[in-house]
Amino acid sequence: MTGSSSRTEVLRRIRAALGDRPEDVPVPRDYLQEHGDRTPQETADLLAEHLADYRAHVHRAAPADIAGTVARLLADHGSRTAVVPPGLPQEWLSQVAGVEVTTAGADITARELDAIDSVVTGCAVAIAETGTIVLDGSPDQGVRRITLVPDHHVCVVRAPEQVVAAVPQALPRLDPARPLTWISGPSATSDIELDRVEGVHGPRTLDVVLVSAAV
Amino acid sequence: MSGTYLGLPAFPEAARTSTKDAQLRANLTHATHTIRAKRAGAVGELADWQGLRAAGAAIKDHTLRHLDTYLEQLEAAVTAAGGTVHWAVDAADANRIVTELVRATGETEVVKVKSMATQEIGLNDHLRVEGISAYETDLAELIVQLGDDRPSHILVPAIHKNRSQIRDIFRTAMGEWGRPAPDGLSDTPADLAEAARLHLREKFLRAKVGISGANFMVAETGTMVVVESEGNGRMCLTLPETLISVVGIEKVVPTFRDLEVFLQTLPRSSTAERMNPYTSMWTGTTDGDGPRTFHLVLLDNGRTDTLADTEGRPALRCIRCSACLNVCPVYERAGGHAYGSAYPGPIGAILTPQLRGTADALDASLPYASSLCGACYDVCPVAIDIPSILVHLRERVAQGGEVVTAGRRTTIKPAKGHAAERAAMRAALVTLDHPVAWRATQYLAARTRRLHPRRLPTPAGRAWTDRRDLPQVPAGSFRDWWREHEKERAGRTGAPARDTGEKGGAQ
Amino acid sequence: MRVALFVTCVNDLLYPDTGRAVVTLLERLGVEVDFPSAQSCCGQPQFNTGYRHQTEPLVRRYADAFAPYDYVVTPSGSCAAMVRDNYPKIARKAAAEGRDDGLSQAAAAAAPKTYELTEFLVDVLKVTDVGAYFPHTVTYHPSCHGLRMLGLGDRPRRLLEAVRGLELRELEGAEECCGFGGTFAVKNPDVSVAMGEDKVRHALDSGASVLCGADNSCLMHLGGILRRDDAPMRAVHLAEILASTQEQPFTPAVSGAVR
Repeated sequence: MTGSSSRTEVLRRIRAALGDRPEDVPVPRDYLQEHGDRTPQETADLLAEHLADYRAHVHRAAPADIAGTVARLLADHGSRTAVVPPGLPQEWLSQVAGVEVTTAGADITARELDAIDSVVTGCAVAIAETGTIVLDGSPDQGVRRITLVPDHHVCVVRAPEQVVAAVPQALPRLDPARPLTWISGPSATSDIELDRVEGVHGPRTLDVVLVSAAV
Repeated sequence: MSGTYLGLPAFPEAARTSTKDAQLRANLTHATHTIRAKRAGAVGELADWQGLRAAGAAIKDHTLRHLDTYLEQLEAAVTAAGGTVHWAVDAADANRIVTELVRATGETEVVKVKSMATQEIGLNDHLRVEGISAYETDLAELIVQLGDDRPSHILVPAIHKNRSQIRDIFRTAMGEWGRPAPDGLSDTPADLAEAARLHLREKFLRAKVGISGANFMVAETGTMVVVESEGNGRMCLTLPETLISVVGIEKVVPTFRDLEVFLQTLPRSSTAERMNPYTSMWTGTTDGDGPRTFHLVLLDNGRTDTLADTEGRPALRCIRCSACLNVCPVYERAGGHAYGSAYPGPIGAILTPQLRGTADALDASLPYASSLCGACYDVCPVAIDIPSILVHLRERVAQGGEVVTAGRRTTIKPAKGHAAERAAMRAALVTLDHPVAWRATQYLAARTRRLHPRRLPTPAGRAWTDRRDLPQVPAGSFRDWWREHEKERAGRTGAPARDTGEKGGAQ
Repeated sequence: MRVALFVTCVNDLLYPDTGRAVVTLLERLGVEVDFPSAQSCCGQPQFNTGYRHQTEPLVRRYADAFAPYDYVVTPSGSCAAMVRDNYPKIARKAAAEGRDDGLSQAAAAAAPKTYELTEFLVDVLKVTDVGAYFPHTVTYHPSCHGLRMLGLGDRPRRLLEAVRGLELRELEGAEECCGFGGTFAVKNPDVSVAMGEDKVRHALDSGASVLCGADNSCLMHLGGILRRDDAPMRAVHLAEILASTQEQPFTPAVSGAVR
């Protein structure tokens, strides 16, 4: 069939199939908005616990210690090169030494990224119940490929303001028009005997710097 | 559907072989039992699971009720965001559209994210004939492709292979497709995953065209959602210049908010995780980030025929989590290949005969590939009453009736081989609905009890007695005993025996 | 209260001891139970094989046969589930096809008063200790329709735990189907037997000498495998265990069928 006739035909079939005028169904929204009643501090603790459950490494830091923590993580990973998005706060990198840092423009290629050891970003929101960080391409997070191709991702999450308890609280904070990447631990697979192992195509090491005043 | 699945034996014949494959049985038992307990734990964390399940079912039912509206809304939103929407009535239509889109790029290689829809339409085979190489990048799909095999599970297509079999496939076949397996590759899952990483990395960096499916499409925003674990999805969705997504029309949901339900229920039902490692969402195209060209191919291929069946349409709620496969005792023993389609297990047994019809012997056998134990219904995150739909489809097979096929209402005959069964059922009804006949049957059975053999010669009889003894027929029926009991009680109490006469003949 | 026994066609013909046990048990508990002889089959084999229309006369027969009673008690979770879950569906579908013929009335009358035996004991009579004595090791297989369609929960277990002399052994994978499945057992014999053999293996591994169930169809399948293998285990319906007392051990007199 030609394009427009397929469209017409599919829509015709749908309307014919619904010829019995089935009753419309209201969607019951009485499920919970979050599971449990936690203080912001407890929610941040839960995020740390659930990130660690899926083999992300969580590093608690006070705001003043972000730069030191980022520098240490890059050094510990043995990184010689790193890429950062253009809007990453400069001070986060102020203690990095011995690492060649590239600021990613929109033209950075996957092949270039394949030669880079680490990436450092912020995030849009983090979800405690599921141990998830969400990137939305904001200036401190950059284009999607920079957090995909390098093997090591350092992600800075600011608590409590960026941390929500549950999935239903995260969606209203996100703009669906932007490309969104939800990350829950490092790359993993259950494809061999339905048993989970970490480390396939995405970054195999995920370091989360969880920043809060109350460390 | 795909030619890959043509001419396969009916389910019972396929299962005769697979149930005797000790290695396959061991692999499946190990894998499904591993995930079962984990799923129960992940689901048990959410006190409102039944509420989420009800909401998920309702969102899907509401969407199906207004499917035309939501698809048109989706089309408008995707187009406004820079994408192009195509419509395909069937597999041939979709395969032709995708081929033309790939041709237009001038490329002869594509990288693929695991996608049930493209499995269903046999896209890879079609592209190969057209001179286009499609590389599967999901680990399990890679195993299946390198092993020249067929998928046997929705989530884990290579579930029928264990680690040492996978290592052997990698050692033998990786070199023919690209970078060979590392020397001395072991069979630990971490080493196997590393081998896949190395093998595919070059393909990702080179690829100009990616092909995917989608788990959800949001009508109000035009947002596509792909849920995955390995990062191969992110590679295919972001690195190529052109992205083509082939998605069943039932994958649309009305609002962005609706994802709050499915992003909670899908990972826990599927991989038993609180959340899968990666979920990608994109809306049309974004400057400088991801593909410059995005095509969405909306696939019907029997879905509207399914929608037309008022009893069978809840099958379209399915979010392909595969929880029903993992708890199914029949799947565990027969294996996924016996179901003869991209959709094995309980959901396949109700989906395939609706998408493809029941004319083929294999498809007609699928509704019977279940003991109706109901474990699938219990775990389904969108509450599809699979046993009831199985019984409904059995009726279609046994009795025929009105169905919609390729958009046309038609009346089908009972499937082949059901005439004798129909006659037996009628005869049984005559007996069961006439007390005198029922009594006579009991009397005859009791009088001939010593003549009953341990093994029966007829096909149905052999099916029972090959591995099971028949029950011994007792000297008398319960009714016989009851009459004596009533007399005895009347004697004991002096009360008249209650009427136990043979009243109430056929109405 | 007027209580009737729906013995089921399988029990009437092949397992009269189970029916006898239900009558013995209920009479011991002071319930006068009747057996209306117009009853035959609930229609499940026809319905589940795809012959819904042929179950319709059996729906009406069931409703008529049990019309005079307040409660219908049946020693089969599967048959109880057929009446409770499927009779209303059969009526609804017939009405949609324009031929109700009294089916919706029949289904509405039959469904709510039909009880599986353990439900009747625990929910209506409110007993779990029925005064039974059964000095054997027992493992219990919860059949699927009782477990999932009726939601029998721990009722059978509570009844068994209260039986004096009985030692209950855990059954691994208890909630997994035994593989009977009605006509599934002959339409897919290889899978059916593979499931049954696994169930039997788990039952034997429990170390029990008795495999107890509340559905003789499943026990016919599992008992058939046990007897073919000459396994040191008997399949026994729950009713026969509950009917047994120290003074009057329940001995299979009429048949010895499930042995």
